[in-house]
Amino acid sequence: MITAERKPFDEIYAMTEGHDEVLVAGCDTCVAICLTGGEKEAEILASEISIKAKSEGRELKVEHTAAIRQCEWEYLDMIADKVGEFPLVLSMGCGIGIQSMAEKFSPKLVMPAVNTNMLGMPQEHAVWLERCAACGECVIGETAGICPVVRCSKSLMNGPCGGSHAGLCEVVGPDQEETECAWALIWERLKAQGREDLMFANRPPKDWSKSSSGGPRKMVREEAKPI
Amino acid sequence: MSEALTLKAGSNLEKVLTAGKFAVTGECGPPKSADASVIEKKVKLLIGYVDAVNVTDNQTAVVRVSSVASAYLAQQNGIEAVMQMTCRDRNRLAMQADILGASVLGLKNILCLTGDHVSFGNHPQAKGVHDLDSISLIRMYKDMRDEKRFQSGEEMDVAPPLYIGCAENPFGDPLEFRAMRLKKKVVAGADFVQTQCIFNIPRFKQWMEAVRALGVHQEIKILAGITPIKSAGMANYMKKFVPGMDVPQEIIDRIAAKEKGEAQQAEGKKLAVEMIKELAEVEGVAGVHIMAVEWEAAVPEIVEAAGLMPRPAVA
Repeated sequence: MITAERKPFDEIYAMTEGHDEVLVAGCDTCVAICLTGGEKEAEILASEISIKAKSEGRELKVEHTAAIRQCEWEYLDMIADKVGEFPLVLSMGCGIGIQSMAEKFSPKLVMPAVNTNMLGMPQEHAVWLERCAACGECVIGETAGICPVVRCSKSLMNGPCGGSHAGLCEVVGPDQEETECAWALIWERLKAQGREDLMFANRPPKDWSKSSSGGPRKMVREEAKPI
Repeated sequence: MSEALTLKAGSNLEKVLTAGKFAVTGECGPPKSADASVIEKKVKLLIGYVDAVNVTDNQTAVVRVSSVASAYLAQQNGIEAVMQMTCRDRNRLAMQADILGASVLGLKNILCLTGDHVSFGNHPQAKGVHDLDSISLIRMYKDMRDEKRFQSGEEMDVAPPLYIGCAENPFGDPLEFRAMRLKKKVVAGADFVQTQCIFNIPRFKQWMEAVRALGVHQEIKILAGITPIKSAGMANYMKKFVPGMDVPQEIIDRIAAKEKGEAQQAEGKKLAVEMIKELAEVEGVAGVHIMAVEWEAAVPEIVEAAGLMPRPAVA
């Protein structure tokens, strides 16, 4: 799923400057599952903004709502009336949801209250790990179901670099947390599958034109179009 | 005449290695400012003591004078360069443009590297490029040289004559894959390899055994990496903070047992000489690559004491 983190409160609060009315809009799909931007989190953020405004003696009407999915027109129809009441919307949807809102309700001001960060999965409760780069050319059939494009810090396609040590990547996270070396994982699982020779063959350079390097992507399913 | 025909680039390094002489390469890190005199000073220390000098490419992801310009300056100052090229800072267009640029400036030796991750350097917010990895970089340069083709397949009129090098870390994991990784680089087109600095000789020998088992030592010239230790503090730093380094505690203890300063430096040089002599005996080792980080002045003494002087003059 898509994961996102709420922006720092001060950054969000600054977006309300010059406004008297603000709607916080959550999204009850991906960002709700990662406990960032669902209806509950939208309600909490609305309360925080309201309290802060009151503490400053500022008159600010703050309400919240949530769409089942901000990224689909029909679900936005369901919250259109509510959105219509407010000149400013703080969207807690992912980057797709925020843009869908901005487009649907243009030229209304729709601002992002979250930073969308990855396509990931909850490895354990409250811990999400990146799993997909949406690169447009999936190779994991040959890499034991482990994506080297996004899980190797250098997106290497031919095995680990010299910085792989004891199963760990040379790169540590922002809080000094350790990262698994994707290629060490690939090697071990390929061995378990008896397919390690897949790592001996030289893989050609990746075709990044299928990723965002090729420009904004568009997918059309002709067979699914209405007749 | 026949030998000349078999040379790929005709560089001094290639000639020394092809003639079966034990090669010595050095290393020079370009400065972090527009100061050509630093490069001149560093390379002048090495003239006559090494067959070629590596010129690093934003090493440890820190911005420096570009490797193309520095390698050219090194050659202008009388020493052949091995220009390093990482996949971190350039996409395939830039890597091809720079190698053509290097070639028209007379540079022949190229070392293809993945590159340290941007998070280690002085611009951790930069976008790491990694369009290609080092193996596809090697292949791209080989195809430019041998097939006169760009990576896209498009043809060019004049191929760059290149002697293509790579690096390998015998101390990286998984150990059982490391020799195979070198083989992949040979298949891609690497002519020579310079290894990560060796401090753990038993593990290096274990890796060489695996390399020989694959027959790779007969297909590529292997230069063993040596870094003279200037102080126990430096050894500790490398052990803890430099990715991919394997510095056994006994090495650190040996240096630390001497008094700080000149005594530790002397011990570091002595250790380097001992290691060169031991590594030269390992079957398949064709030379040494001495990376005296910010200590280029130590190289002449080490090369001399290791019995590697005079350097061969190969026509």
